[in-house]
Amino acid sequence: MQLPLLDTTAPTVALTHLDDLWFQVAGTTCNLTCRHCFISCSPHNHNFGFLDLATVQRYLDESVSLGVKEYYFTGGEPFLNRDMVAILELTLRYGPATVLTNGTVFRNEWLERLRAAEAASTYGLEFRVSMDGFTPAENDAVRGDGTFERILQGVRLLLDHDFLPILTVTKTRDDQDESDLFDGFVRLLKDCGYARPRIKILPTLRIGAEADRQRGYGETDRVTPEMMAAYDVHLLVCSHSRMVTDRGVYVCPILIEAPDARLGTTLAESLRPFAIKHQACYTCYQYGALCSNASSRERDA
Amino acid sequence: MNRIAVFGGIYNNYLALEAALMDAHRRGVDAAYCLGDMGAFGPHPDRVFPLLRDHGVQCIQGNYDNSVGNGLADCQCGYTDPRDNHFARLSYAYTFANTGAANRAWLRNLPTQRRVQLGRYRVLMCHGSPRRTNEFLWESTTSTHFLDHLLEAHQADIVLATHTGIKWQRRLGHDRHFVNVGVLGRPENDGAAHVWYALLSVAKELHVEFVPVHYDHEKLAAEMRAERLPAEFVETIRTGWWTTCLEILPAKERRRGKF
Repeated sequence: MQLPLLDTTAPTVALTHLDDLWFQVAGTTCNLTCRHCFISCSPHNHNFGFLDLATVQRYLDESVSLGVKEYYFTGGEPFLNRDMVAILELTLRYGPATVLTNGTVFRNEWLERLRAAEAASTYGLEFRVSMDGFTPAENDAVRGDGTFERILQGVRLLLDHDFLPILTVTKTRDDQDESDLFDGFVRLLKDCGYARPRIKILPTLRIGAEADRQRGYGETDRVTPEMMAAYDVHLLVCSHSRMVTDRGVYVCPILIEAPDARLGTTLAESLRPFAIKHQACYTCYQYGALCSNASSRERDA
Repeated sequence: MNRIAVFGGIYNNYLALEAALMDAHRRGVDAAYCLGDMGAFGPHPDRVFPLLRDHGVQCIQGNYDNSVGNGLADCQCGYTDPRDNHFARLSYAYTFANTGAANRAWLRNLPTQRRVQLGRYRVLMCHGSPRRTNEFLWESTTSTHFLDHLLEAHQADIVLATHTGIKWQRRLGHDRHFVNVGVLGRPENDGAAHVWYALLSVAKELHVEFVPVHYDHEKLAAEMRAERLPAEFVETIRTGWWTTCLEILPAKERRRGKF
């Protein structure tokens, strides 16, 4: 699927500095088929392929001279990639690593290796585990039958290995109260033995499967040049990030299905400015810090 | 100039500042600096300023100072979790209401960075990072090549920062250094009540010493209670464990704490 381009004048965002380097390490392959996935990942979506260890190392090496601050890994489900543990072990020699996972495919031996790798490193390894409701009914309606329990099992495994996962929660219903959602997750996780639950709440991105599940963007949902006046451009992912895929380097983790978002083959080629003409850019603009480990909140108009 | 004392956030902890100043003078420093965030957390904001002025501490502006000085609605600490923001609001409201007009004006006019020469080293002092006042540079989430980039881009041999509340340092290539000097305002989440500052000396090469500052923390705790500041803040001062504003911590730093 390709994202439509809008026929409008869009502001251009320069890369301030490449702080965050992302890897689409499992392509678009996932063991789950979540109904809100903005790149429609599934067991059968091989639109983007896996990255192997050698490829990741090539980009890690290039990232050193560019002064990259942190590394992020996503998919698809990263732990479907047979090189994933080795990739994280390698990355922790370069800098901090965060992996975005659905938490349903962990193996003890992997987490033991990763515990040892993080302990030996100056840098931290963060796990962001996706979960979309604090009840089985709410979560499973989006992520699939039985996933609620499987995700919690994954969270418990991480806790057993002394990791402190960040539960990444998408606000999947418009009428959901964000505070209620947050409090519900705090209760759920404490009940599961997670004494200091870490939670990040995200808006949906109305592209990919999500456009069919709920709704797509409206005609006026876009960023115009006037909207950039007095706006903190650092809130936009494209001002400080790039995304490595098996098909080249893209501007951000969200727009990999947009042909104009492919900026080159090497990191050096990808450093050029980007016109934020996509509708998903509007969500990034509204909330900011969408892809960081910190929480995202809708900003005052 | 070969020997300097550098203080991080004071957070209204005038008793720790007093103790740190005495310690630094006893060690014969050439100058003392503060990297900003005079207010927050503790009691009686206005008691910090006479100490800074009387002892000639050269200060830069932190996010708190910018907010208090300019009458902004929040502290610009950079928290994103509602649990962190709840306590940040209480802390800011108290500090803002109890900082006198003259001190607010003084905060408003502080420089955001300062450059000094320490022996052969070009030192750049900032609050969070050289590029953003409220950027958190934690040890576990800051790559060495990113620090190389920062020092190169800002033409410095040593960068000094605070903001995170936890001290750390990294030696970079070509005899360059990054030092987070820690804070005087609250203990650093290690179960000990003392706080820290950094002493930088140059003889043949740079020597960085983190100095523990013991002060009458029970007196501070009593004053905080009298001012009706949150019991959670008082507990941190007394126990050395952070009880609030924890969600901003990366996993590696968070794991070392109790909560």
